[in-house]
Amino acid sequence: MSHGKKIDDVTGVETTGHVWDGDISELNKPLPRWWLYTFYACILWSIGYWVVYPAWPTINGYTKGVLNYSQREQVQQDIEAWKSGHAKYRTQIAEMSLADIRKNDELFQFSIAGGAALFGENCAGCHGRGAQGGIGYPNLNDDDWLWGGDLEKIHQTIAFGIRSGNPKAHDTAMPHFGTDKILDEAQIRDAANFVRSFSHLDVDQEAAKRGSQIFADNCAACHGDQGKGNQELGAPNLTDAIWLYGNSQEAVMQSIRTGRGGAMPAWSERLDPVAVKMLALFVYSLGGGQAEAASASAPAAGADKQK
Amino acid sequence: MQDVLDERSGLSDTLALISAVIIGAIGLVFALAGEEEILRLQGLIILAAAVAAGFYVAAHPTNLREEKRSGYFDGPIRVATVACVFWGIAGFLVGDILAWQLSFPALNLDLPWTNFGRLRPVHTSAVIFAFGGNALIATSLYVVQRTSQARLPGKWAPWFVVWGYQLFIVIAASGYLMGVTQAKEYAEPEWYADILLTVVWVAYLLVFLGTLKGRQEPHIYVANWFFLGFIVTVAMLHIVNNLALPVSFLGTLSYPLFPGVQGAMTQWWYGHNAVGFFLTAGFLGIMYYFIPKRAERPVYSYRLSIVHFWSLIFLYIWAGPHHLHYTALPEWAQTLGMTFSIMLWMPSWGGMINGLMTLSGAWDKLRTDPVIRLLVVSVAFYGMSTFEGPLMSIKEVNSLSHYTDWTIGHVHSGALGWVGMISFGAVYCLVPWLWKRQGLYSMKLVEWHFWLAMIGIVLYISSMWVAGITQGLMWRAYDRLGFLKYSFIETVEAMHWPYVIRAAGGALFLLGGLIMAYNVWRTIRGDQPVDVRDQPAVAAAPELRPGVVAMPAE
Repeated sequence: MSHGKKIDDVTGVETTGHVWDGDISELNKPLPRWWLYTFYACILWSIGYWVVYPAWPTINGYTKGVLNYSQREQVQQDIEAWKSGHAKYRTQIAEMSLADIRKNDELFQFSIAGGAALFGENCAGCHGRGAQGGIGYPNLNDDDWLWGGDLEKIHQTIAFGIRSGNPKAHDTAMPHFGTDKILDEAQIRDAANFVRSFSHLDVDQEAAKRGSQIFADNCAACHGDQGKGNQELGAPNLTDAIWLYGNSQEAVMQSIRTGRGGAMPAWSERLDPVAVKMLALFVYSLGGGQAEAASASAPAAGADKQK
Repeated sequence: MQDVLDERSGLSDTLALISAVIIGAIGLVFALAGEEEILRLQGLIILAAAVAAGFYVAAHPTNLREEKRSGYFDGPIRVATVACVFWGIAGFLVGDILAWQLSFPALNLDLPWTNFGRLRPVHTSAVIFAFGGNALIATSLYVVQRTSQARLPGKWAPWFVVWGYQLFIVIAASGYLMGVTQAKEYAEPEWYADILLTVVWVAYLLVFLGTLKGRQEPHIYVANWFFLGFIVTVAMLHIVNNLALPVSFLGTLSYPLFPGVQGAMTQWWYGHNAVGFFLTAGFLGIMYYFIPKRAERPVYSYRLSIVHFWSLIFLYIWAGPHHLHYTALPEWAQTLGMTFSIMLWMPSWGGMINGLMTLSGAWDKLRTDPVIRLLVVSVAFYGMSTFEGPLMSIKEVNSLSHYTDWTIGHVHSGALGWVGMISFGAVYCLVPWLWKRQGLYSMKLVEWHFWLAMIGIVLYISSMWVAGITQGLMWRAYDRLGFLKYSFIETVEAMHWPYVIRAAGGALFLLGGLIMAYNVWRTIRGDQPVDVRDQPAVAAAPELRPGVVAMPAE
C-alpha cells in the first residue's frame, strides 16, 4: 500500500510506486523499441493487405481489394485448367474400346495412373491398398478370377458389381448347405475333406472318398465335375491354392455350411464411365489380366507389368 | 454495523438455501421426467448435489462477523486447487488413451463409451475447463484477495462458484460418455449444462468484482485486469455460441441458433477466444502474480503491461476466421482473421517479455528453484506458440497446415508448455501457502516433474510437426499426369510412428502430473518436507514468515 517510488538496485530503474500484496511492484521501463516498431510494421502490413485483398464488409457487400482477387475464381480456374489438361485423354478413353486403349501406350499409361488414384479412394477399403485383398475380399494381383479376367469381364464386374442390386450385376447364390439343412454335419465334413484333397492338403482319406459322391451330387453343377470352377456362375476353382475364405478344414466346412456370396458395389452408379474404364485397365494391369476370349481357366496370358 | 452483518449473514444463508431448493427441484424434474436415461441420471446427480449443499448450509449458519476476522477466504480456493490437480490427471490420462487409440485403433474396444469420438471431448473439456478452469478459479480468487487486501465478499457465493463448477464438469463429462454432445469444439455440453455454467459464471464475476470493490489499494493490479477481461469475455463468448433451441425441456438435444457458415463463424469466434481469453488472458493473470512473487523481483515494464493488455484483448477477438481459411466463409472475413492474428503477435509477446524479463537480476533462480523454472519456461513456450499461431494464420501456410497434425502440435505446445507448466508452477506455489506449510514435501520431485514434462512436450510437438507437414505435403502431391499421388489411407499409414512417439511423450507428461499429485498430497497431509533447505524462503506460507502481510487490510 505504499506509494513511494523506489529505484530498483539491480536494474537502476524506478518503480511506479505502487505495491501490492506486500512486495509486488512494477518498473517504469519504456516500451522496448524493437517491440513497438515490429507492432507498427504488422499494423502497416495489415493495412496494405486490406487494400490489396478482399477485407472489409460494407452495407451491401465488401471491399474487393485492388487486385480484385477471388479465391473461388482462382479455384475454378485451377479446376478448369486441370480438366482441360485431361480432356483430350478422357474423350479418347470415352470413345475407344478397352482393347484399343490397351494398345495405345500413352492412353494406357494415363488410364493406369488415373485408375490407381481411383483405386486408392474407392476400392482399397475392401481390396486393400495394394489390391492384395483379405479374407472374403479377392486378391486382384493374381490370375485367379471369379468372374473372368479379361478386360471386358473385369469392366463388367466393376461397372455392375456383384449382388449389388443392379439389374446387370453378377447375381448367383451358393446354397446354404448346413443352415438350410441340405447336408448334415457329417456330410459337410466329408465334402470338405474331398474338396481339400483337390489341392493335396492333409485330409482324412476315408472321409474324402465319401465326400466325392456328395460333391458329384451337390457341388459339381456349379463348381464343375473336376472342381475347376465356372466363371459364368462366379463359382471358384477349388483345385488351386487360392482360397477366398481360408483352406483349413473348419474354414472350408463353414463355407459349405453357410454358403458364400460376397457383394461388391455397382461402380457405374457412383463413378463416371471414363473412371470405370480406367479402373478396369488398372486392375487388368496388376499382373493377372487375361487375354480376350481366353477360356475361363487359362492362366495369365497378358501378364503386363506396370511401367 | 453489527446488526447489518447479522442481517447479511441471515440473508446469505437464506439465498443459499433457496438456490439449493431451486436447483434441487430442477434435478428432481430431470430425474423423474427426463426423456433419456442419461438425463434422468444427471438429474439425480444434480438433486443429490443440491440436497448435500442444502444440508451443509443449514448445518453451518453464517456468521459474517467472525468470518471477516479470520483473514482471507481461502476454503474454496483449497478445493479448487485440489480439483485442478485431480482433473488434470484425469484429463492427461484420457488424452494419452486417445493417443494410443490413434496409434492402435483396436484400443477403441468396440464399445460406445470407450470410443475415440466420445472420449475426445472428455479430454478436451477435462484439460481446458476442469484442469485449466479450476487453476484459474483458484488463482484468480487467491490473487484478487491479496492484491486488493480484501476478503472475498459473502459466504456461500464463493463456495457455489467452486462446487457449482465441479457439478458442471461432472454433468458435461457424464453426458459425453453417453453420447450427449452439441458437437461444437470446446462447447460440447448441451443446453442445460450451459445454463448451469452461466449461473456459476455470473456468481464468479460478482464475487471477483465484489472483492475489487472492497479493495484497499486504489490501483488495480495488472493480473486482475487480465482475470477480469477473461471472466467477462468468456461469459459473452459462452452465451452467444451456445444460443440454442432445445427440442424438449426434458431432453438433451438442442439446435444451435446459427446454421451453416454463420454457425461455423460463431463457433470459431468462440473457439479461438476460448484459447485467447480462457487459456491466454486468464493465465497471463496467473503469470503476472506468481512470477514476480516467486522471483521476488518487480515486473519488467508497467507501460508494456498496459499497452499489451489493451491491444491483446482488442485484437484477439477478431482472430476466429483463421480457423476457416479456404472454406465457405466469405473471403473478407478470412482476410480480417488473418491480418488481426498477425497484428496480435507483438501484443502476445508483450506478455512474454514481461514474464521473462522480470527475472532480470534473478536468473540464477532458474537453476536453483524448479518452481520458477516451470513458471518461466512456460512463458518461453507461450512465446513460441504465439509466434507459431500468427504464422499458421497466414492463408498460404494454413493451406498446408489445416486439418493436419501440425495444428495438434501447435495446440499442445501451448496447452502443455504454456498452460500446463504455468499451472503446475502456480499449484506448487499455492499449496504450501494455502495449507500453511514450510514448503513443498519435496523439491526434488518438482525437478522430476519439470524434466518429465519437458521431454514429454518436446516428443509431442516434434512428432506432430513431422506428422503434420507430412500429411500436408502428401495430400497435395500430384504425379506428372495430374493425378493425386497418395490415397488418403496412405497418409494415415504414414502417421503410425509419429502417433506412437506422441503417445509416449504424453505418457511422460502424465507421469509428471502423477508425481505432482503425490507431492501435493504429502504436502497437504502435513508431512515434513524432505528438502526444505533447498526451498527458497518464499516457498513457505506468508503466516510463517515474519514481517510478511497475511491478512486483508481493515
